[in-house]
Amino acid sequence: MATDILERPEAATSHEDNQVLVTLTVGEQLCGVPVLAVRDILGEQVITRIPLAPPEIAGSLNLRGRIVTAIDLRRRLRLPPAAPDQPRMSVVAEQGGELYALLVDQVSEVLSLNVSMFERNPPTLERSWADFSTGVFRLDGRLLVVLDVSRLLALAGEG
Amino acid sequence: MDDLLSDFLTETNESLAELDVALVTLERTPDDAETLGFIFRLVHTIKGTCGFLGLPRLERVAHAGENVLGKLRDRSLAVTPDIVSQVLAALDRIKAIVTGLSETGSEPVGDDAALIGTLNATASGEAPASAAPPPPPPSPPTATETPKAVVTPPPVLEPAAIISVPVEALPDPVAVAEPSPAAVPAQAPANASPSGATAGAPNGAPNRAPSGAPGGTPGGAPSGASSGGSAGAQTIRVTVDVLEDLMTLVSELVLTRNQLLQLARTHEDNAFTVPLQRLSHITSDLQEGVMKTRMQPIGNAWNKLPRLVRDLSHDMGKKIELTMLGAETELDRQVLELIKDPLTHMIRNSGDHGLETPAERRAAGKPEVGTITLNAFHEGGYIILEIADDGRGLAVDRIRAKVLSQGLATEAELVGMTDGQIQRFIFRAGFSTAEKVSAVSGRGVGMDVVRTNIEKIGGTIELKSTPGQGTTFTVKIPLTLAIVSALIVEAGKERFAIPQLSVVELVRARRNFDAATGDGAGNSVIERINDTPVLRLRNRLLPLVSLTELLALGTDDRAENAVHVVVAQVGQQMMGIIVNRVFDTEEIVVKPVAPILRHVTMFSGNTILGDGSVIMILDPNGIARASGVGAGSESKLVRTSLAEAQTSADKTAMLLFRAGESQRMAVPLGLVARLEDIPRDMIELSCGAPVTQYRGKLMPLIAIDGGIDQQKPTQPLLVFAEGERTMGLMVDEIIDVVEDSLDIELAGARPGLLGTGVIGGQATDVLDTGYWLMQAWEDWFRGVPRQRTSAGQMHILLVDDSEFFRQLTVPMLGAAGFRVTAVASAVEALRLREAGTMFDAVVSDIEMPEIDGVQFARIVRASGPWVRLPMIAMTAHADMESARIGREAGFTDYVAKFEREALVASLRTMLAQTAHA
Repeated sequence: MATDILERPEAATSHEDNQVLVTLTVGEQLCGVPVLAVRDILGEQVITRIPLAPPEIAGSLNLRGRIVTAIDLRRRLRLPPAAPDQPRMSVVAEQGGELYALLVDQVSEVLSLNVSMFERNPPTLERSWADFSTGVFRLDGRLLVVLDVSRLLALAGEG
Repeated sequence: MDDLLSDFLTETNESLAELDVALVTLERTPDDAETLGFIFRLVHTIKGTCGFLGLPRLERVAHAGENVLGKLRDRSLAVTPDIVSQVLAALDRIKAIVTGLSETGSEPVGDDAALIGTLNATASGEAPASAAPPPPPPSPPTATETPKAVVTPPPVLEPAAIISVPVEALPDPVAVAEPSPAAVPAQAPANASPSGATAGAPNGAPNRAPSGAPGGTPGGAPSGASSGGSAGAQTIRVTVDVLEDLMTLVSELVLTRNQLLQLARTHEDNAFTVPLQRLSHITSDLQEGVMKTRMQPIGNAWNKLPRLVRDLSHDMGKKIELTMLGAETELDRQVLELIKDPLTHMIRNSGDHGLETPAERRAAGKPEVGTITLNAFHEGGYIILEIADDGRGLAVDRIRAKVLSQGLATEAELVGMTDGQIQRFIFRAGFSTAEKVSAVSGRGVGMDVVRTNIEKIGGTIELKSTPGQGTTFTVKIPLTLAIVSALIVEAGKERFAIPQLSVVELVRARRNFDAATGDGAGNSVIERINDTPVLRLRNRLLPLVSLTELLALGTDDRAENAVHVVVAQVGQQMMGIIVNRVFDTEEIVVKPVAPILRHVTMFSGNTILGDGSVIMILDPNGIARASGVGAGSESKLVRTSLAEAQTSADKTAMLLFRAGESQRMAVPLGLVARLEDIPRDMIELSCGAPVTQYRGKLMPLIAIDGGIDQQKPTQPLLVFAEGERTMGLMVDEIIDVVEDSLDIELAGARPGLLGTGVIGGQATDVLDTGYWLMQAWEDWFRGVPRQRTSAGQMHILLVDDSEFFRQLTVPMLGAAGFRVTAVASAVEALRLREAGTMFDAVVSDIEMPEIDGVQFARIVRASGPWVRLPMIAMTAHADMESARIGREAGFTDYVAKFEREALVASLRTMLAQTAHA
């Protein structure tokens, strides 16, 4: 019952009270992805466009002989597109045996954050963000949105 | 499930597949002691092993079967179809139990007492089978033959998880386990001994490898020889997973090799060149070797067919012989799995619909036994599979009628088609609507599903049918799905791969003819019809698809004048794909696209090229569908026609015309053979009646209003044809073809008219075709009068809710010598039955309100005085599935509507049969 009182989300109730996140920026926003969900971090890649694919899909790329579908996180989160010459990085995650690369503006350090700094999404958060976020960490001076990788990749179900 | 049990299941499944084949062989050659011995041993092994594993139910069934087989073997019983059926029934039960066993790990509950009772009765000689003549003397011992004479059963159907690999196909380390070659041949003479004395335990597991690579089989798979192969071909079992992994690794290796070669090309003269070349060779060899491990003889997909055909011939009362050629032709097991079902379906079709009954075959002057031939062979990287029957061939007329009624094409489109093109309609989705409904309930698939499945694996299907001589389906499938050769093209700054299989040729073309320079003289120029691009190619118009537009690549590349057209074949349709550049061909490893892209049907997969970039593989079938070429346009049509079918099942295509006093007249389009417009001076008089020379014969002409309008230079005609005879109905003007329901509201007051109905929103007189045909040829409806000796006044009951159809059929049957009572519903018909009226035959529509034809047949067949009456179903949907449903309900025959000849013929045959009975 203690969890109820504290309103602790499940994701945070690990053995230690810390959550390890890979931090990244999309647009101006600092975000985090649980480190265990990340398979690879890639720099700028050659991406092959896939005609007729949903707009969120940036294309596919070759990761050591495997074909990885790249998803543009800016489009997924309904942010304005990146400047054409801006280098982009990818966070590679696996779902259902398939590899996906999330295209982000910048990947920075890995943080271990205490769950006491975690909070659920504010109810006023825009749908396009609330759908993909499990909650927010209050950092010094900035907020870090925790992204839910499986929901980000759930494109197929939406048709 | 413990290892012992799973080994047993694997082995038993193999044995069962062999048994099916062997039993059918035995039925044909009852004296074959070898086959009998082989069957006995297999069943004995199953029995023995279940006793050991504690599977009492299985053991009892196997034991009962073995008893019967034992009697057959020691010749106290003769092999008869009855006994074979019983043994097959026992095998089916064993299969069912084994299936349950593999699902749950324990024997399913069930009662086999009846089955065992029958088998035991047979074994003890109580069954009628014992009355069979004494068995012929045993055939001479075959032991004198070469050791190869040991029963060589057809290739084994492998359970999905295990694959047998010839040891030679595997790399050296495994080959160390090679046994002494003497082991197998030594066993052979013993096996062939007719005494069966050695048929016990040692031979129980046929040719179990004495040394099947102990510990050398990964994944804990059992090691053992595949049963009874040719001498010396040692095999070990490897799980399919291992092979799949190996294949994936080799694919990666091929890609890496390609990448390296690409790099090496840019740096000539370096030290890597030679070792790289060696690496390249080894990689190719390795790829070939691994591919070989995945190869299986196509016979594996065939070994269920003899049993299928046997059952089919028993059920249908037909004599069918199945000839299988090229069973040893090898192809990738993945492809093998995928063609199994389509193949089974096509064989069933051939037996069910293609081949005639023995009586019909005799009448047609053919041997009683129909033949289905399966032939497989390699041709240029593909497997060609032919399924041929020597049956009646496809009825183009029926298909045409069906195509019209389903709205898959218009009359005008059909006129321009060859018979071959019309026959191809059987591959169209929606052609077999009724089948689709029952496919949901798990009863087989239609030819459209067969086509889709074959196209899914990059194959094609063609058909050739000659009426009266049979039908041949030719299936072309790639040897493997994993690695294909593809053409790399560029459009809209993106590169794509097109599988070579579908590429017929490359044509260089220009977007615009440059008159100023006279350029393009040697090149074809793309022309446009209302913005639709086409290309003249050897005097044919080739429909073109711009890849840039189709894939919405956005960039406007029309500026570039010179383009390439990739001529691709999809089914029988040709299509040109406009691309900007063509690179070379490359061997590519097909990888499936990510699940979130599956809905983009234009791509069949993606791959990584030698330079490391990812590229999408185009699917020509998908492109054709998306652009409406050939098979493509059907998707749209089907949807609309299905929607229409739901709202009005009874719509008929009607030809509207103007003639005589009527402003608007209509006739069902299906009754009209052709529309002609002849010059006035072509009309001549013969005995005062107008005639014209039509296709080398004189055709009588009838004017609806009696006079001929001499003003116009030409005369429109509706031509009705029936066999040799034709007749032209002169009308003033042909208005239109509409689809509407035929409800005659005012019955005809004038001869020659059935009445008046509302068609296309206007009052329209409906032509009584029968009347006018009789005007031209008094004996029109007695086309085959000499055949009928004593139809007498057979009394036929016609049940049809369509007024029009009753009007048409009654005089027609009357003219053919039958007395006809027509009623508008099954309810009325049943009322007649209650009233005690008796008929000689019933002809009924299928689609009727309240009680439909199928229900009606069931009611009639259930009880009452009409139980034994011949019943003929008449419907617009004369496809095989509804025919089957109809037959199950009790209909004796199935005839398409408007097929007068077929109906009369069917009635005559049927009544002749009942008269003799």
